[in-house]
Amino acid sequence: MDWTWFHRFGSPPHLYRLAGTLVPWFAWPAAILLAAGLYGGLVLAPPDYQQGDGFRIIYVHAPSAWLSLMAYSTMAVAAALGLIWRMKVAHAVAASCAPIGAWFTVAALVTGMLWGKPMWGTYWAWDPRLTAELVLLFLYLGYMGLRAAIEDPQRADRASAVLAIVGVVNVPIVHYSVEWWNSIHQAPSVMKFGKPSISWPMLSPLLIMFVGFTLFFAALVLVRVRGEILRRERQSRWVAEVVAQ
Amino acid sequence: MRLAFRNRAQLLHPLLFFGIVTTLFPLALSPEASRLRDVAPGVLWVAALLSSLLAIEFLFRDDAQDGTLEQYALSGQSLTWLLFAKTVSHWLLAGLPLALMSPVAAYGLGVPVGAVPGIVASVALGTVALSLLGAVTAGLTIGIRRGGALLSLLTLPLAVPLLIFGAQATARAIAGTGIAGPMYFLAAFTVLGITLAPLAAAAAVRISLE
Repeated sequence: MDWTWFHRFGSPPHLYRLAGTLVPWFAWPAAILLAAGLYGGLVLAPPDYQQGDGFRIIYVHAPSAWLSLMAYSTMAVAAALGLIWRMKVAHAVAASCAPIGAWFTVAALVTGMLWGKPMWGTYWAWDPRLTAELVLLFLYLGYMGLRAAIEDPQRADRASAVLAIVGVVNVPIVHYSVEWWNSIHQAPSVMKFGKPSISWPMLSPLLIMFVGFTLFFAALVLVRVRGEILRRERQSRWVAEVVAQ
Repeated sequence: MRLAFRNRAQLLHPLLFFGIVTTLFPLALSPEASRLRDVAPGVLWVAALLSSLLAIEFLFRDDAQDGTLEQYALSGQSLTWLLFAKTVSHWLLAGLPLALMSPVAAYGLGVPVGAVPGIVASVALGTVALSLLGAVTAGLTIGIRRGGALLSLLTLPLAVPLLIFGAQATARAIAGTGIAGPMYFLAAFTVLGITLAPLAAAAAVRISLE
């Protein structure tokens, strides 16, 4: 089998240019889908019969929560690639995912808290999902802390990669252990087998938001990867050429 | 291991820390026995977790400073097994004494004597898993100056399941109901830790030594 396409991904200038061309392809659909999803969710979807308009925060909350996990898995996969094949750019991808994922985690927590105040009567409850999400945030912070604490960039890459992989083994364990611990968060209404338990006019904007958020995440990662590659390769000639242009 | 015995203070500090933390709670909350008994599992486990963290900090530090770890890595023996042995001896010196001391602390918190075997067993099992987890995170933070806070930030989120099931086992031991359920979970984490943690720790140490 011909592996040159794979090795080309490992070349920083190639990935830099590829990411540059891909950014608009993710960013524009993301912008359109986010606008459509927000319009559908905030204007078109009917108010919930119990929660009134308050439920509409789900259109930001659920995709953020989804991406907080998605970003972590992307980070861990990139870290594993970097560790196994010693790809410099994979480490750059992993490093770019961490702050974005951490912010999505914060977004999911904050929107959940804002929703929790009127609905549960409290901003915070020691509910399994909330706790697991908070632990995830600490994992992100630990990952970034370790990366920042090691001065040698290559050592920082590889040490934080080990941490990301250990974390990925642990995330499901943390998730289920707090799940069995106690629960008031409602059961998932979308991600379950069979028919979703929310009606189509409410669900469709949510699905649009899911896709929109994911594309938005991809675009953000690509932009950050470009910056990260430039920073890492700042000594090399091709960067000087790119900057001079 | 014998070397570690020579430095008694280092061995005793985490234990003393454990004792002091459990003394602080009655002072801060209230000396009522019924109330203390309710919070006892949580207090015991949080204190055990924090004092193990103190001990984990010393796990590789001296060996990294005097170059022993580098000798291990170059010795031609499997670094995984060497680190596993190191972690086991660490547990014998830090985890086991903690488990043996936990009944004293538990008694101070008004826990009935009948709960003692359950508490010792759960703390003993939980600290094995914690030592293994600590070997990985300590391996990652070798050579970082003032890495103590960072070590806590890395270790504690990953130790959440241990805390949950450990405290659950302790609570059940106090209530007098069967502790088998949470103990099975603790045992499962320990087995998982034994299989994976030495490998990850060896990788971490290798990276840190570069």
